[in-house]
Amino acid sequence: MAEEILAPLAGKVVSVNIAVGDAVEEDDEALVIEAMKMETPIYIPCNGTVKEVRVKQGAEVEEDDVLAVIE
Amino acid sequence: MQTLIALFKTSGVFYLTPGMLIMWVIALVLIYLAIAKDYEPLLLLPIGFGILLVNLPLTGLMTPGEGLIWRFYHYGIQWEVIPPLIFLGLGALTDFGPLLANPRLIFLGAGAQGGVYLTFFVAYAMGFDLKEAATIGIIGGADGPTTIFLATKLAPHMLGSCAVAAYSYMALVPIIQPPIMKLLTTRSERVIHMQKGRKVKPLEKIVFPIIGAIVIILLVPASAPLVAMFMLGNLFREAKVVERLTHASQNELLNIITIFLGLPVGATMNAESFLQPKVIFVFFLGLLAFMFSTATGILLAKLMNLFSRNKINPLLGAAGVSAVPMAARVVHKVAAEADKKNYLLMYAMGPNVAGVIGTAVAAGIFLTLLG
Repeated sequence: MAEEILAPLAGKVVSVNIAVGDAVEEDDEALVIEAMKMETPIYIPCNGTVKEVRVKQGAEVEEDDVLAVIE
Repeated sequence: MQTLIALFKTSGVFYLTPGMLIMWVIALVLIYLAIAKDYEPLLLLPIGFGILLVNLPLTGLMTPGEGLIWRFYHYGIQWEVIPPLIFLGLGALTDFGPLLANPRLIFLGAGAQGGVYLTFFVAYAMGFDLKEAATIGIIGGADGPTTIFLATKLAPHMLGSCAVAAYSYMALVPIIQPPIMKLLTTRSERVIHMQKGRKVKPLEKIVFPIIGAIVIILLVPASAPLVAMFMLGNLFREAKVVERLTHASQNELLNIITIFLGLPVGATMNAESFLQPKVIFVFFLGLLAFMFSTATGILLAKLMNLFSRNKINPLLGAAGVSAVPMAARVVHKVAAEADKKNYLLMYAMGPNVAGVIGTAVAAGIFLTLLG
């Protein structure tokens, strides 16, 4: 059961706090996106292990882009 | 030696009044707020400096027909050139995507203008005449150029105070709005997650400013100077074939025009016209206007929820107060306090940009009825 973390808004990835293989819990901060001059933290949707991280710091993302996959 | 004494006698020092010194303090406070606190510095810094300059004696800077800053004021503001040009830039900066993805949120942009009309009535009841009351009311639209545009036409003697009130309260939106937002919503309302909006096709974003211009200008022709320029700027942006014009509108033009907006507006605030009891009421009513607008936006969202199954998070109503994108950010933050996984920012941009049009329309309505 893999769950994708989708970008809820378009912006620039300011920081990525997870790496492939990390054990994570729901509501951990996964990464931070900057939009409208405001930093929005994006949270892990479920407990699990990080399977993929598809963006890195500085990446521009669109709404609904897959940021990471949690298993 | 005689020449030196004669020269000294022409200095403005002897003509300083206590009123001027008070205005110096106000000017320095605004400059401080702009620089140290980052309060709307693009406007409050030149406004502050303009206030200082006009309260230095004998400069002739605002002498009608001759003064340097009078010329900026006359040709830029009295001729109603600069506020519409700012709107050209703002239109070029605005993305209507979030609004088009959730079209019903346009009503929240309209609802938040309720504060404008409420304040108009309160101001009138307090003794201001109709034109002054309208100018004070429009502060609640949280839109600087529209406030300046309307004040110039209806109540030029209040231009300075209304502009300073508008920009100051815009900067204070993160302080003004949250208490009202929490007062008028329940926790369960605040955690409402918005459903994904519809997909917006690029063609829609091109058609929107054209149809918007036609419809709005047909209905409220007096709003044309602002609305036409706004829609043109937006069309530049969405057409994607005039990137040079779009870029200039968003950057060089907007930046240059902003310089010539703030300075003359501040320079209208000489001691005699500003240090009146009326002005305190302007600031009080301006704050009320922002508060009312926040409230009417939220209340309209709650009203809409009575009639729809797909609930709107009522906090989005507060984003109808068109301090772009500040109010949208505030909505996002307050919602995140209740549920950190509720990402309302892009939804909030919908009413936020709709509110800009709403305020311009309100100004057009006032102009039609009172101008």
